[in-house]
Amino acid sequence: MPYEPLLLRNAGKPGSETIDAYLASGGYQGLRRVLKESTPEKMVEEVKASGLRGRGGAGFATGVKWGFLPKTRDKPRYLCINADESEPGTFKDRLLIEKDPHLVLEGIILSAYAIECRTAFFYIRGEFHQGCRVFQRAVDEAYAKGFLGKNILGSGYDLDLVLYRGAGAYICGEETALLESLEGKRGLPRIKPPFPAIVGLYGCPTIINNVETLANVTLIAERGAAWYATIGRPPKNTGPKLYCLSGHVKRPGVYEAPLGVPLMELIEERAGGLLRPDRPLKAVVPGGSSMRILPASKCDVLMDFDSLVAAGSMLGSAAVIVMDAGTCMVWALLSLARFYAHESCGQCTPCREGTGWFVKILERLEAGQGRPEDVDLLTDVANKVEGNTICPFGEAIAWPVQSYVKTFREEYEEHVRRKGCPLAATATVS
Amino acid sequence: MSLPVREETDRRIDELKGRFPHQGSALLPALYLIQEEKGYISDEAMEYVAGKIDVSPAFVAGVVSFYTLFHRGPTGRHHIQVCRTLPCALRGCQDLIAHLERRLGIKVGGTTPDGRFSLATVECLGACDTAPMLQIGDRDHGPLDARAVDALLESLR
Ligand SMILES: Cc1cc2nc3c(=O)[nH]c(=O)nc-3n(C[C@H](O)[C@H](O)[C@H](O)COP(=O)(O)O)c2cc1C
Ligand code: SF4
Ligand code: FES
Repeated sequence: MPYEPLLLRNAGKPGSETIDAYLASGGYQGLRRVLKESTPEKMVEEVKASGLRGRGGAGFATGVKWGFLPKTRDKPRYLCINADESEPGTFKDRLLIEKDPHLVLEGIILSAYAIECRTAFFYIRGEFHQGCRVFQRAVDEAYAKGFLGKNILGSGYDLDLVLYRGAGAYICGEETALLESLEGKRGLPRIKPPFPAIVGLYGCPTIINNVETLANVTLIAERGAAWYATIGRPPKNTGPKLYCLSGHVKRPGVYEAPLGVPLMELIEERAGGLLRPDRPLKAVVPGGSSMRILPASKCDVLMDFDSLVAAGSMLGSAAVIVMDAGTCMVWALLSLARFYAHESCGQCTPCREGTGWFVKILERLEAGQGRPEDVDLLTDVANKVEGNTICPFGEAIAWPVQSYVKTFREEYEEHVRRKGCPLAATATVS
Repeated sequence: MSLPVREETDRRIDELKGRFPHQGSALLPALYLIQEEKGYISDEAMEYVAGKIDVSPAFVAGVVSFYTLFHRGPTGRHHIQVCRTLPCALRGCQDLIAHLERRLGIKVGGTTPDGRFSLATVECLGACDTAPMLQIGDRDHGPLDARAVDALLESLR
């Protein structure tokens, strides 16, 4: 049976971003039902029962995270929606925001209701100009129709939603850096604990969720946890998922499939296979640039949280970056090292200095001035970064360095031996 | 002392302060308003906004320097931001950058003498499905080959 899209059910249709189109397709019915028949506690239980895991990168169970909020009600609670989407290779939240903002918005209202929050902040990366415009319009429409503001649909529940534009900093996607940024500061990650659920925005209990995570909450409210929990690979990897295919495929784009779809099906069938018939697959990064690389021989894998951990990588943001045989693995890692060196917030010495070291060593190798000890030096420095930093950005560069060097060690040694890049002629051309 | 920004901007910044539970949150949106009006954030503007939000000018300078979307000086009328991150690199952004440098006669970081174009490289813009791509103002363009870039430049006066 062909798969019926759930998250992208509206996205392809003309005018899909308007509230009229959304309502005409049955939108906001889930919210109506929940506000009438359910309670915040029941909604949290429903999300727990669905098995929904966060789509922002870590795959943490959403309902369980909501359950970490303190039982007391002496401070306001906040919901922050993470629309920073800056993990290289990732462009799924953007599609939802631009093409079906009300699907996201309904999930936000439902989730805010579940965690008893009255002010939510939508933190969107500053470069998403179109997304920001479309979403602001959707918010205005929702206020006008009584889905936001005071006494939503006569339920007595109030919710305000404020858009907040980031200003160009990858690190602000990390949840505590996002909170700092939202407070009008430099985006420097905080030391955890305390976790945001206890001490978050303005020192108050705060839940941070990804855009796609919240869109899934809409589906759960519409058709129930029991239905949702049958999609994908139950019990631990449930629900539909958006996969972003980029790099050397014929049709780069966002594709929806259940969690647990085979990686090769995404590449071969959905994205139309490799770009050039004469260049076979060399490697794939399955979950965004921060995740470990899989050589072609290990690409026979299912795309879900647990299968990818078993395969030695992670689902991350489900950004599938495909590289063909023309790609030099020193060059590719150098490109990433430059990104991380540029984006390190600079608080932790291992991260700040380590990223600079990676760039220097890799530049040396590519330029033909590599020393035999450089290959091990890369891994040594990465091992010293891993686990020794305030936020997981440290791992986000340590893991690629360790895995590219380990998987393609021969290629790194060849750069030293041949005093340069054997693929120089092909690696950088499109 | 005269205001370094239009009265309208000043009023909108006051409004912003009331929108958040803590007025400190108004800093980033206030900086955006100033940049929209002036094109960049001057020293004078930083002092001004520090006074408005009630933080030190040094604090504002720290924030401005942290975020790449805030400019400390004027850019070209069309500020071209080419993505250089891995997914775009796999689709040939190096060629795109080299072509732009040749066509505009400037290097990355430069501005054409007539002030029409400035050229910068940026990290992943979350549009890797249109790689290689770039952003000018509030619009994305991609995928781009040499011919498409030339036509795009032509269309921008
Ligand atoms: C360096 C770094 C960058 C991140 N960038 C993003 C991002 O752009 N978008 C996002 O949703 N989560 C990002 N995350 C994950 C967030 O910290 C957080 O786990 C997530 O927003 C939680 O939402 P979820 O539980 O719904 O997945 C990032 C994490 C790190 C360490
Ligand atoms: S690991 Fe890097 S990005 Fe994270 S807090 Fe430390 S220096 Fe900043
Ligand atoms: S790498 Fe260029 S848009 Fe993502």
